[in-house]
Amino acid sequence: MTDKITNIRVAGLGGMGALKATLILGELFFDLGYDVKKAEVHGMSQRGGSIFSDLRFGKKVLSPMIPSGKVDILVSMQPEWSDVHKADLADGGKVVSPADIHLSKLGNPKSLNVALIGVLSKIFPDIPEEKWLEHIRASFPEKLYEGNLKAFKLGRGEL
Amino acid sequence: MAKMERKLLSGNEAIALAALHSGCSLGVGYPGTPSTEILEEFSRMGGSAQWAPNEKVAAEVALGVAFGSGNALCTMKHVGFNVSQDLFFTAAYSGVNGGFVAVVADDPGMASSQNEQDTRSLAMAGGLPLLEPSDSQEAYDFTRLAFKLSRKFGSVFIIRTTTRIAHSSTAVCFDSSSAEPKPDGDFERNIPARVMVPAHARPAHVRLRARLAEIEKNADKLFNFEFDSNDKSLGIIADGVAYMHAREVAPNAGFFKVGMANPLPVERIVEFSKKYKRCICIEEGDPYLNTLLLAAGANVEKRDEKWRFGEFNSDRAKAQIDGNLSYEPKVFKSKPPQLCKGCPHIFSFTAIKELGCIVAGDIGCYTLAAAKPLEAMDIQICMGASIGVGLGLRRVLPEEKARKVVSVIGDSTFMHSGLTGLVEAVYNKPSTGHVIIVVDNSTTAMTGQQDNPSSGAHLDSTPAKAVSIEEVAKAVGADNVAVFVPARQSAEFKEYLAARLAEDGVSLIILKQPCLLAAAKKLKAKKA
Repeated sequence: MTDKITNIRVAGLGGMGALKATLILGELFFDLGYDVKKAEVHGMSQRGGSIFSDLRFGKKVLSPMIPSGKVDILVSMQPEWSDVHKADLADGGKVVSPADIHLSKLGNPKSLNVALIGVLSKIFPDIPEEKWLEHIRASFPEKLYEGNLKAFKLGRGEL
Repeated sequence: MAKMERKLLSGNEAIALAALHSGCSLGVGYPGTPSTEILEEFSRMGGSAQWAPNEKVAAEVALGVAFGSGNALCTMKHVGFNVSQDLFFTAAYSGVNGGFVAVVADDPGMASSQNEQDTRSLAMAGGLPLLEPSDSQEAYDFTRLAFKLSRKFGSVFIIRTTTRIAHSSTAVCFDSSSAEPKPDGDFERNIPARVMVPAHARPAHVRLRARLAEIEKNADKLFNFEFDSNDKSLGIIADGVAYMHAREVAPNAGFFKVGMANPLPVERIVEFSKKYKRCICIEEGDPYLNTLLLAAGANVEKRDEKWRFGEFNSDRAKAQIDGNLSYEPKVFKSKPPQLCKGCPHIFSFTAIKELGCIVAGDIGCYTLAAAKPLEAMDIQICMGASIGVGLGLRRVLPEEKARKVVSVIGDSTFMHSGLTGLVEAVYNKPSTGHVIIVVDNSTTAMTGQQDNPSSGAHLDSTPAKAVSIEEVAKAVGADNVAVFVPARQSAEFKEYLAARLAEDGVSLIILKQPCLLAAAKKLKAKKA
């Protein structure tokens, strides 16, 4: 494991599942043995306002918040409001957004967060698909798994 | 056989787990961002937890538990500490024989609070030992130690978190087999120690100062650490999450990491500071460490006033180290929060606005009515203040304007600190009377739909006897009490309100319609 810290920011509006997406990513990288820190703000921002959460993983993470200009991957769930975080991208930083998905094929709009995790998963080819699915499964009631599985596959471009 | 588990936990989850493992008899508090999840998690883990009507009652119940030899956890946000301060400042004198750990969550930068006060200064003023974790592991470890030390020294302990401790998730290693049982409840009479009349309180104050000195002597090294560096050009004194930010941007600096900010081992830090050419304090909020250390003659720079305001991150820590006073944090254009689409209380405020009312408001979701497009709230200061402030306005304004004044308060806020305001309205009724409007959504919505004394359920969702706001208002002596369903009866409500504004009585109008989010959550819980 290198000393490099990877910084992922998930941005969207309250109620879109941005915090859930970050939770899934946090548990996944934690399970893979990384030190993980995740920072988010609750409260006022839940009432449909802008929200974002920071996820950092690596050998050892100190501050839970991503420094300015160091975002490696931005998951921009609601580009009209969340693309502003592009200003914080590092050189060579990547953006994952609904534009990466055939939205017409997304059955339930609530599973956008899982579909975007599917898109993001392609940035980490070394992590087996089962690992992603294991953490998605563990994060929702079992009855939502089928729908989330489809959303994930859609994001991965396998549908 | 010890078996370490490793989990990714928020600071709030870590505190809940530590309370569970410390044999915590009861968790009690009032919801407030960013502290709310502690008791919810504690309850989910099997702990016994309950919401009190307000933070002062919570602290009173907690003190009773600790006087009865139990272990109490009491949680609140920073402004809730103000409400309960009366209890804490004298419980510091009496001390406890069980365990009493209070978690007070500060909100530097005001993500969802009305001010950014700093609990460290209050703890010092009250003679209350205060611990500051810098990540979830320390949140767990410090909470467990706090219960042990609280019993050992007979002192209330405060754990100060901030938003980035409470709501950040970091790794926590723990050993469930080290969990301790709940202590047996017991009470032994000790009148001089627990009845704080002047004759007893005078020696109790002397004992308090001796206790703090003992705590500093014995516990300092459990929480406060020196990390010396060969490079003696920069020494940093930091606490809480600010330590993590500073460590990230100044890996070669020497550090004095403060984990117990009161009592502060000032002499140790003065010695530390002398080893470095330049020393600075990196701390979120007031210059608490900085002021104490400067007064003690430490080799530290006076912090610029600029760093008092807002939340810290590593960019800010770097700017402070570099002396970059032109640093401005990047501000992202953001969509402001608003009342939920379909919130029934949009109707409540529409009618109030149409009548041209001067609205003394209160704290909750409905404060969002002050935002565009409604702009239907004129004043909001602190929990429960709507009623007293409205009465004050009625006292001083000319009659025509006084008749426009209404106080608007939510159901949970009314239970929290609106009751005494209602008593004041009846007792000292202004000549034009007054109108109190309770926007009742049957939940504590803003903090995430917690139950409250009038919602009919306990913290763990089991049924509770609901306190009826209507009956309370009648019993206190309001002249008129009426209930409307705002989405269906907005015209009737408006007509009724106009009539009451024209009269001289004290009226309390309840606009009762449940929060859509809370109703959905309850339905889901019922199915499950």
